[in-house]
Amino acid sequence: MNKNLTNSLAMAFLWIAAGTTVAVLFAVIAYVVVNGIMVITPEFIFTWPEGVNAEGGVWPTIVSTLYVTGLAMLIVTPIAILAAVYLAEYAVQGRLVNIIRFAADSLASVPSIVMGLFGLALFVETMGIGFSMLSAALALSFLMLPIVMRTTEEAIRSVPKYIRWGAYGLGASKWQTVSRSVLPAATPRIVTGIILATGRAVGETAVVIYTMGQAINLPLTPFDSGRPMTVHLYLLAMDGINLPAAYGTALLLMIMILAFNLGARYFLRRNRKV
Amino acid sequence: MAEHDIQTSPFSSPEGADKILVKDLDFYYGDFQALTDINVSIKQGAVTAFIGPSGCGKSTFLRCFNRMNDLILGTKADGLVTLDGQDIYAPGVDPVDLRRRIGMIFQQPNPFPMSIYDNVAFGPRLHGVKSKAKLDEIVESSLEKANLWKEVKDILDRNGLALSGGQQQRLCIARVLAVRPEVLLMDEPCSAIDPTSVQKIEDLMAEIKDEVTIIIVTHNMQQAARVSDYTAFFLQEVAGEPAELVEYDRTANLFTSPSDKRTEDYITGRFG
Ligand SMILES: Nc1ncnc2c1ncn2[C@@H]1O[C@H](COP(=O)(O)OP(=O)(O)O)[C@@H](O)[C@H]1O
Ligand SMILES: [Mg+2]
Repeated sequence: MNKNLTNSLAMAFLWIAAGTTVAVLFAVIAYVVVNGIMVITPEFIFTWPEGVNAEGGVWPTIVSTLYVTGLAMLIVTPIAILAAVYLAEYAVQGRLVNIIRFAADSLASVPSIVMGLFGLALFVETMGIGFSMLSAALALSFLMLPIVMRTTEEAIRSVPKYIRWGAYGLGASKWQTVSRSVLPAATPRIVTGIILATGRAVGETAVVIYTMGQAINLPLTPFDSGRPMTVHLYLLAMDGINLPAAYGTALLLMIMILAFNLGARYFLRRNRKV
Repeated sequence: MAEHDIQTSPFSSPEGADKILVKDLDFYYGDFQALTDINVSIKQGAVTAFIGPSGCGKSTFLRCFNRMNDLILGTKADGLVTLDGQDIYAPGVDPVDLRRRIGMIFQQPNPFPMSIYDNVAFGPRLHGVKSKAKLDEIVESSLEKANLWKEVKDILDRNGLALSGGQQQRLCIARVLAVRPEVLLMDEPCSAIDPTSVQKIEDLMAEIKDEVTIIIVTHNMQQAARVSDYTAFFLQEVAGEPAELVEYDRTANLFTSPSDKRTEDYITGRFG
């Protein structure tokens, strides 16, 4: 009796907790969708904002966001993979390696606004790159680096021993074994890590607001400034300039991030099945 | 490099030259001694089977031949192992070169997650073969030898992992044969696969043994009797103590008239 009661209570709480989570998620999505869906038209996506109230579209901000994210990905991927290969395969496991891992994990939890401030000080001012795609991409890469490095390290470690034996058994050197059999075997999970980190970068506001500038601009070279979608959204909403456009931008952002996450899942699944 | 001349092989036989000689070999995992005082000569162009209860060091011994044990931290091989008269543990011998001459097949089929073609071409590419025509030729002839060509010739670009377990094992055999090894080590290659593939592997062993000296670990005694010319029986009599080589002879002799009581007990199924 008593036992049954406890059981039912526990079940009830679990249901409430799970229900709340799902409800909150749906509320947020529904709110943004309801307010944003009418705004999103081909014109909204492909034209420029005009006038003081930013009527019109958001095209340059989409380009800025994709530009900076792509650039950050290009910077992060080789560094993160080399670092992970070193940590997983070459470094003598012990204190130093644990310190590096701890540093990476700490780096991942630094508030992004601090990273933005740091990017402003280092890249924009000290190095004189100015507000630009490059400054923002470098600052973003600090945010992405630990995520990609750690997922890559895990991916490398989870490659089965016998894959390595196969390569060694054919007369492969250590580097050949790592580069030609271990890394290909780890690729699906590495790519997933990169995609997830990229999704995170797409939604990042604090870092880019300090490093990319705010001018609405279609970036061509890495030294051009611009305004990413998140900052556009922030400015539109904060100053109450154009709320419908803010919701439209928000919805577009959510769709992009969702696409990244689905892409990661799809990629992982396809490669699992073979 | 020091060449060791060993004429006093206890099992020298007229028809096979000694491909590998092992003299007074002890093997250690850290403090644990797994093998003691092993002496054996492996005949060129023959199939040699290693049998014995599990845990008696068959795999350990096999890995001594291509120095795969070097990859395990804290291991030590004490004694002499020669390939064509040359000490493979001598300073200056590169285990990477050695493993090219002595290929290995594992119990678990381990194709790389890439196409069937790329699996087989992996070794040749590693060793510098670039010409597409040459690679095509190697891939085809290796898959032929591994009794797999007919099944995969139209799906060479499909991922190796999409094959059945038995096909994967034959793919691994083709992958090893593609680097033209002199010796093929097979560690229980048939214990995880379907009977059809087992049959095909036993057939191919008979076909390639003139070119490639084969050593196979198996705990299936019928298989040892079917495929091998020589058999070595290993036994660890006391747990925690090192295993030894109890008896080594022509397969026909060992199975019909074993000279050691312990061999007889094992092959008649009295223990192990
Ligand atoms: N990597 C290892 N580290 C320590 N001990 C090992 C290792 N591999 C095998 N051994 C030990 O060596 C002995 C022989 O093992 P193994 O060669 O795998 O036997 P078999 O192949 O005949 O079953 C066993 O006692 C086993 O526990
Ligand atoms: Mg074994």
